[in-house]
Amino acid sequence: MSRVLVGVKRVIDYAVKIRVKPDKSGVVTDGVKHSMNPFDEIAVEEAVRMKEKKLASEVIAVSCGPAQSQETLRTALAMGADRAIHVEISGPEYETLQPLHVAKILAKLSQDEKADLIIVGKQAIDDDSNQTAQMTAALLDWPQGTFASKIEKSDAGLTVTREIDGGLETVKTKMPAVISADLRLNEPRYATLPNIMKAKKKPMKKVSAKDLGVDLAARIKVISVEDPPVRQAGSIIPDVDTLVAKLKEGGHI
Amino acid sequence: MKGTKLVACASRCIGSSNRLIAVHSRGKATAATAEAPRSARQSTSFTLNLFRGQFEPSQVFPFPEPLSDDQRQMLTELVPPVEKFFQEVNDPAKNDADAQIEDGTLAGLWELGAFGLQVPTELGGLGLSNTQYARLVEVVGAHDLGVGITLGAHQSIGFKGVLLFGDPQQKAHYLPRVTGGEYAAFCLTEPSSGSDAGSIKTRAVLAPDGKHFILNGSKIWISNGGIAEIMTVFAQTPIEKDGKTVDKVTAFIVERSFGGVSSGPPENKMGIRCSNTTEVYFEDVKVPVANVLGGVGNGFKVAMNILNNGRFGMAAALAGTQRSALRQAAEHAATRVQFGKRLCEFGGVQEKLARMAMLQYVTESLAYMVSGNMDSGCQDYHLEAAISKVFASDSAWTVVDESIQILGGMGYMKATGLERVLRDLRIFRIFEGTNDILRLFVALTGIQFAGSHLQELMRAFKNPTAHLGLIFSEAGKRATRAVGLARGADLDPLVAPELRGAARELARCVLEYGACVEATLRKYGRGVLDEQLVLNRLAAGAIDAYTTAAVLSRASRAQRLQLPSAQHEMGLAESWAEEATERMGSLAGALAPRALRHGQRLSSLGQAVAEAGGQPSRTPHNV
Repeated sequence: MSRVLVGVKRVIDYAVKIRVKPDKSGVVTDGVKHSMNPFDEIAVEEAVRMKEKKLASEVIAVSCGPAQSQETLRTALAMGADRAIHVEISGPEYETLQPLHVAKILAKLSQDEKADLIIVGKQAIDDDSNQTAQMTAALLDWPQGTFASKIEKSDAGLTVTREIDGGLETVKTKMPAVISADLRLNEPRYATLPNIMKAKKKPMKKVSAKDLGVDLAARIKVISVEDPPVRQAGSIIPDVDTLVAKLKEGGHI
Repeated sequence: MKGTKLVACASRCIGSSNRLIAVHSRGKATAATAEAPRSARQSTSFTLNLFRGQFEPSQVFPFPEPLSDDQRQMLTELVPPVEKFFQEVNDPAKNDADAQIEDGTLAGLWELGAFGLQVPTELGGLGLSNTQYARLVEVVGAHDLGVGITLGAHQSIGFKGVLLFGDPQQKAHYLPRVTGGEYAAFCLTEPSSGSDAGSIKTRAVLAPDGKHFILNGSKIWISNGGIAEIMTVFAQTPIEKDGKTVDKVTAFIVERSFGGVSSGPPENKMGIRCSNTTEVYFEDVKVPVANVLGGVGNGFKVAMNILNNGRFGMAAALAGTQRSALRQAAEHAATRVQFGKRLCEFGGVQEKLARMAMLQYVTESLAYMVSGNMDSGCQDYHLEAAISKVFASDSAWTVVDESIQILGGMGYMKATGLERVLRDLRIFRIFEGTNDILRLFVALTGIQFAGSHLQELMRAFKNPTAHLGLIFSEAGKRATRAVGLARGADLDPLVAPELRGAARELARCVLEYGACVEATLRKYGRGVLDEQLVLNRLAAGAIDAYTTAAVLSRASRAQRLQLPSAQHEMGLAESWAEEATERMGSLAGALAPRALRHGQRLSSLGQAVAEAGGQPSRTPHNV
């Protein structure tokens, strides 16, 4: 049976209207509702289901972030994860945290915890990077099944159905492996109130990136964050010549 | 000589059934204990002391902070799943259309843990405090009151008696069952006993073997009546008292499986249609003596305590309902354009939204004030709980009704959802103690409290030398009041600077309220019991005073904590205080000859309409 490591990220809730900070350094996060990245919920759900089907022995939830990430981890515990690891990263280090840093952390943790399956959401809804699963697999030299909409255990390892542009693709991987969860993989369960109470008793370990030997030095610098341009009104054009002229005018051709 | 003169003056001022007003011409707000005669009951209830013209701040200022860090953290985690469930799983429109909660939703609610929020964790529940319960119930109220009543009838009253009065065996046996899938119901009302709960006819007689009671009778309007396995049933039991046999009400835990218990079809209701309401019949039901709840003959007390204990929940739910309706109205007013302007730019609409906001703010403040006081261990919260229920249900009707008005034709459409909410909340003015009864209850309990202190004072006058200090101080205060120098309690240290004007006005009103109560007692004595028009005016005044105190407290807290909404909250509080204190100012006129004549006129008219079976006058053209 596998020991599964699930990466969960605390992001601004999908229903919140995002506002850019007046100094253009980022978006407003203070006092804004946060929740678990929806694709990560799907990842946790899949891991818990594997445990219920006796395909996994233990589910460990991991989150990299400030103190409030513990709330996200508690949600994972309430959904059925057995224990949690909080890699505390806050302040400027958190502002410039990139998938490569997270991938290195997940890789190290999976070795320390002897996990043989890593499941993460395909991308986070704040940065839409879609990199962590792939980078983690590469660092570990493990096979990857990304955009997974179905995972089945086979004798040799895993059979993963992937959502791709043209339709569905099926790949077989050996274990250990890294999976990234896509929307149709499953429908996550609702955390019940009794499970939330029980989650309080489950172990949560705190580590630092330094403990894991991962350097969090910034590799990027945020220059500015702006609202997308306000959509301009369109206009109806009488004929093709006018259209071509206007396109030339706008520098589009 | 001076002493005797003062005594004479004071006793002349006071008269036969007068009471004293503790007048504070200067100085801080003090507790009632300072000068009241020793043997009359003392209380920390704001409302009770209001009737004495005294400002008792301990339950109101500062705004209660009953949550420990742990409880606050827990609540932060519990609210989102409940919100999510009601947004994504529960379908209120379908529940209403089917007059039933969907099976999947019910199963989900059990799994969510929603049916045992306040049961201790060892017995299968979540062990939430009243304040935590209020916060979750707010979410339910914002989405589906029908589901709210199913949950509330089960835990707020259905098995609450076991929590409050159950012995260890009863708790150990029944609490795991009611958190494990079995529904509970509260069975008090009968066809001929609604408000007059003491007149119920269901009887429980001890069987010859002394091991069972034999229960016979029928109950009506029982929420969860058709689905409950475990019921709290109230019945008359014959008791030996002073050598005679009298009937006293006893509370029993009755299981459907005892045999002889049946229920009728679900009632076809105006609202909360998905909540199951039926008649319940008991035919020679054998109830083990171990299932007596709270002791034989104590049923009335058990019933009243259960209802009192659950009342804040209704205010919390309706605060959520009002918040939701206000949101719909506000969104519409901010986007809909007519006559070239958005609706919210018109004064008429602004006033509506402001009033709705005030009512919601008051309701919410009351809910958390009462739940907070209960959590702090306060025992004297019954009047405040009653006021919270009356106010919440009255204002919910107004807020949702106005919301429909703002949405215009769209508000009238089923798809908008507001018409269902209006239908759902109408019952809240009727059940669990009709608002009409609760208002009388507030007025009479307050008057009785005031009167009891008065009687003690009258005894003091019979023996003046033993109570000279008391008489001197009261007489002195009276004189100050008569000269118009009395300003009431000094509330300045308790409220935000911006609200001190309003607070001073309230303090003055509290003082004058006491004088009104005194005048009422002087005029009617014990006969005040039958003067419902006057009692209702006094109740309205008490509600105005308590609600004003509650919002001044909450808004002051907002300012103290520098909440982003502090300015807005203080605006709401000040506006509410403005209108409430003005209404209280007209109270004195309620006892003037003109008002009394008006009251008598209304009474006669009302009586005449009843006797005539409708409007006695015919259509104008008599055709």
